[in-house]
Amino acid sequence: MSVISETPADHATTQLRAAASAVRRRERRTRGILLAPALTTILLVSILPLSITLIYSFLKPGSYGGVEWSFSTEAYVQFLFERDIFEDTLAFHTAYLQIFGRSILLALVATLGALLLGFPTAYFIATKPREQRNLWLFLITLPFWTNLLIRTYAMLLIVRDEGVINIALMKLGLISEPLAILYTDKAVFIGLIYSYLPFMVLPLYASLEKLDFRLVEAAYDLYASRLKVLRRVIIPLAKPGIVAGCILVFIPGLGAYITPELLGGGKKLMIGNMIAIQVGSSRNWPFGSAAALILMSLVMVSLLIYARSSGREGHSDG
Amino acid sequence: MADGAPMKMVRARPRDLKTQPGFNQVAWFCIAALYAPIAVLVIFSFNDNRSVVLWTEFSLRWYISAFGNVGIQSAAIISFEVALVATIGATIFATMAALATTRTRPFRGLTLAYGIINQPLMVPEIVTAIATLSLFSIVKQATGITGIGYLMLAHTAFCIPFAYMPIRARLEDMTLSLEQAAADLYAPPMKVFRRVTLPLLMPGIMAGAMLAFVVSLDDVIITLMVAGPGETTLPIYILGAIRRGITPEINAVSTILVMISVLFVAQFFLVQRQARR
Amino acid sequence: MMERIDLQPVSEGAVRPAVAAENVTKIFGEGPDRVTALDRVSVQIRQNEFFTLLGPSGCGKTTLLRLIAGFEIPDLGLIHLDGQDITALPPHRRPVNTVFQSYALFPHMTVAENIGFGLEMLGQPQLEVDGTVARMLSMVRMEAMAGRRTDQLSGGQQQRVALARALAPNPKVLLLDEPLAALDLKLRKEMQIELKRLQNETGITFVFVTHDQEEALTMSDRVAVMSEGRILQIGSPREIYNHPAHRFVADFIGDINILPGQILSVSAEAMSVALAPNVTIEASCTGIDPREGAVSVAIRPESANIAQMGSQPGLEGVIENIVYFGTATNFHIRLDGGEAFTVRTPSGTDTTLDFSIGDRAVVVLRAGQARILID
Repeated sequence: MSVISETPADHATTQLRAAASAVRRRERRTRGILLAPALTTILLVSILPLSITLIYSFLKPGSYGGVEWSFSTEAYVQFLFERDIFEDTLAFHTAYLQIFGRSILLALVATLGALLLGFPTAYFIATKPREQRNLWLFLITLPFWTNLLIRTYAMLLIVRDEGVINIALMKLGLISEPLAILYTDKAVFIGLIYSYLPFMVLPLYASLEKLDFRLVEAAYDLYASRLKVLRRVIIPLAKPGIVAGCILVFIPGLGAYITPELLGGGKKLMIGNMIAIQVGSSRNWPFGSAAALILMSLVMVSLLIYARSSGREGHSDG
Repeated sequence: MADGAPMKMVRARPRDLKTQPGFNQVAWFCIAALYAPIAVLVIFSFNDNRSVVLWTEFSLRWYISAFGNVGIQSAAIISFEVALVATIGATIFATMAALATTRTRPFRGLTLAYGIINQPLMVPEIVTAIATLSLFSIVKQATGITGIGYLMLAHTAFCIPFAYMPIRARLEDMTLSLEQAAADLYAPPMKVFRRVTLPLLMPGIMAGAMLAFVVSLDDVIITLMVAGPGETTLPIYILGAIRRGITPEINAVSTILVMISVLFVAQFFLVQRQARR
Repeated sequence: MMERIDLQPVSEGAVRPAVAAENVTKIFGEGPDRVTALDRVSVQIRQNEFFTLLGPSGCGKTTLLRLIAGFEIPDLGLIHLDGQDITALPPHRRPVNTVFQSYALFPHMTVAENIGFGLEMLGQPQLEVDGTVARMLSMVRMEAMAGRRTDQLSGGQQQRVALARALAPNPKVLLLDEPLAALDLKLRKEMQIELKRLQNETGITFVFVTHDQEEALTMSDRVAVMSEGRILQIGSPREIYNHPAHRFVADFIGDINILPGQILSVSAEAMSVALAPNVTIEASCTGIDPREGAVSVAIRPESANIAQMGSQPGLEGVIENIVYFGTATNFHIRLDGGEAFTVRTPSGTDTTLDFSIGDRAVVVLRAGQARILID
C-alpha cells in the first residue's frame, strides 16, 4: 500500500477545499445576480404593498382621503357595526356582511355551475382521439386569453333587455316582455361562469385524460349502468381535477370586479367593487384595506382547504 | 341456474363505453356559448346599423370612426408603450430568474424564490391593485416623481410569472449535457450561454414574451387603480366608454383588441408546438 | 475488505503519465443520502494507451471520467494531466475532450458546425477550421453529411460526429463515456474496431468507460476493474482474464469456476492447494500475501477438460447439463464435494460426443491455469 506523506496531502486537500468553496461561492453570486431583478420587482411592487395595506387597515381615515397615522381598529369594526356618531353606540350593520355573503354565495354557485358545465366538456375533449385533443384545448382556452372586459361586455350585449337573448325569445313569441337578466344576480352568475369556465375545464381535462378506461370497461362488465359508472367510477377518479378546477374558479370569482361592475350595474356589489369604491370615491383607505385583507384571508382559507384535501388524497392513494 | 333464483336482467354493454348521456350536447353547448358572445360582438362591429341585433349591411364605418377618434388613438399608443416596456422588462427578468431556478440542485431559498416569482398569480387582482396604488401614492408624495413609469413598473411585476412559466418549461426540456459539451470544447461560460443555451432557449423566451404582452395589453383592474390622468390604456378607455353608454365604436375597438390577442396566442401555441419537435 | 492490486508497479523515472489520479475521493449528497462515488482512487494512465474503466453501474467509473473532464471537483485527492495539476481547473481550460453517452450534439448546428465548434472556441482562423473539419469528416467517413442537421442522423452517424467533434481539437486525452451503449450489436462491433484504429492512428490517449467486459477486453491496452468506488485490479486484458486477483474481478470477467481449497505449501509465485483428497494443484498467487488455511481458487471453464471416469486424476462428479452453442460445449457438473463446475470444450474435440446427462465424469485441471483469489 503506497504511503503518501502527510504534509503535501493536507496541503492539497486544503487547496482543494478552497477551490471547491470558491466555485460554490461564485455559483451563489451568479444565482443572486440572476434572481435579483425579478425578485426585487415583485417584492417591491406586489409584496411590499401588501404590508402597507395591512398597516393601513389599522389606521384612521384622513379627512381629505388618504390616512391619518394613528392606530385604530375602526375599519374592522365598521365592517360589522355602524357607529352612531351622536350617541356613540354600535349597532349591528349588515350591509357589508351582505356584500361579502353575496360574493361568497355567488362564487360558490358559479363554481357549481362551472362544474356542471365543465365536467362534460372536459370529458368530451378527453375522449377525443389523441391528435385532436390539443386543438380542442386550444379552442377552449382561446377565449380566456381575450380581454376579460371585452368578453364581459359581449355578454352584456347578449343579456340586456335589447340583447340577443331577449330579442330572440320575443321573436319566437315565447315572451312578451324582455326578461330582466341584466343587473340582477343572475347576470353576474352567468358572467362569472362565462369568465372562468376554461379554468374549470383544464384541470378536469388533466385528470380525465389520465383515466384508465379499462376500469370503466370492468364496471360495465359487472352490470353497472351508465349513471352508476359515472357516479362510482369516473367521478371519484377525477376528484383531484374537480377540486383543482373548483379552486381555480372560486378564488378569482370571489375577487371579481369587472363582472359585477358591468353586469351587476353597481347594484349587485361584490367584494371587489366594494373595495374599489371605498378606495376610490369614498376615500376610506383603512376600510378598503381592511376589506381587501379579509378577502385575502378568505382566499387563504380556501387554499388551505384545497391543500388539506389534496394532501389527504395523496395519503389515501398511498 | 338455481331453482327459484330470479333471472337478472342483463343489460348489454354499451357499444361505446366512452360516451355518457348528454355529455356531448353539454360540451357543444359550452363551446358554442363561449364563442357566441364574442362572435356577436365581432359580427355586429361590422354592422352598418347602430343596433346590436338588427343586421342591415356590412360596413366598416365604425372602424373608420374609431381610428379617427383621438381618445382611442392615444389610448392605443399608451397601451402599446406600456405593454412593450413591461414585456421587455418581464421577459428579461423572467429569463434570468428561470436560469437561476431551473436545472439546479435544490438550494436554500429555492421554494421561497419560486413562491415570490409566482406571487402575483396568487393574490386577487383588486387587492394587488389597491396595495400597489397605496405604495405608489406614498412614493409619489415623498419623492415628487410622477409619470407613466409607475404603471409600467406595475405591469412588469405581474407579467413576470407569465413570462417565467414557458421559459422554465423550455429550459427543463434542455439537458445540461449540451452545455457541458460546449464547456468541454473550450467555450467559457459566457460563450456557452450565447452559443448554446440562448439559441435553444429562444422559443421559450418568445413564448413568454408573447404571453406577457397579451396579459399587459388586457389588464384592467390594476391599470384602473394605478394609472394616473393621461395614462389611459385601451381597456380603461373601453370601460369608461361602456359606462358612458354603449356605442358601436366600442365594438370595433373591442374586436381589434380581440384579434390582437388571438393572433398572439395562436403564435404562442405554434411556437410551443415547433419547439417540441 | 478489498484491496487494490496493481500488477504493474510504476517505476520511478518512467515517462510522465498522461493522466494520473491520486487518492481521489468524491462524495455526493448529505446525511442519510450520502453516497461515496469514489473512495481514495489512484490510477496512472500512460501516454498513447487505450485505457478502459470497467465495472457495473454505480461503480464510479463515470464519476472518475467526469473528474478528469472537469465537470466535477473531487472532495479529496489530485488529478494530474501530463504532470500538471488540473484538479480544480474548469472544463474549458483542460486539453481534454469527451464523447458523451448521449452524444450531446448541438441540435441547432449542422454536422460541420458541431465538429468545428471546439476549434472556433480556441480562436482558430476559419480557413484552418474548415480544413480540420474536412479531415475529421473523412476520418469518420461522414463527408456527405457535412451540411445536415444533427437530428436527421441515425444513432451510428451521430456517434461518429460526436467522435469527430471531440477529436478535432487534437486533445491530449480523449474521454469516452459508454459511447457504444446505444448501438445495435453489429454496429457496436464495427465501431469497436473503428475506435481502436483511430486510437492507433492518432496516438491520443483514450480513456474508455464501459460495463461490457467483452468490449473492454477487445479494445484495451489496459483495463481497470472497478466496483463500489474502488479500483480492484489494473492490468492488460490477458492478465485480468487469466489472473483475476479478486473474486469480483473473476466473476465479472467471463465465466469462472471458484473452488474452496486448503493451502499445502507456499513458494514465491505459487501455492500448492488441495482441492479434494488426492487432488492438488499449483495456483498462482502473484501480488497476494500468502495466507494460511483456506483459500478460494479460480479456474476458467476452458482451462479444464472432461474425461471418462478412472482415465485420469481429477475432481469427480455428475454431469447435470450439457449445453451446445456452436463454437463450444459447456458441461455443467456437480462435483462430489457439492460445488458446481463448468467445463468448456471447443467443438471438434472427440470427447464431446461421449457423455450424457447423468453420467459420472472427471474434471481434469490443466497445470498452471489456476489462480488464488482475494475475497
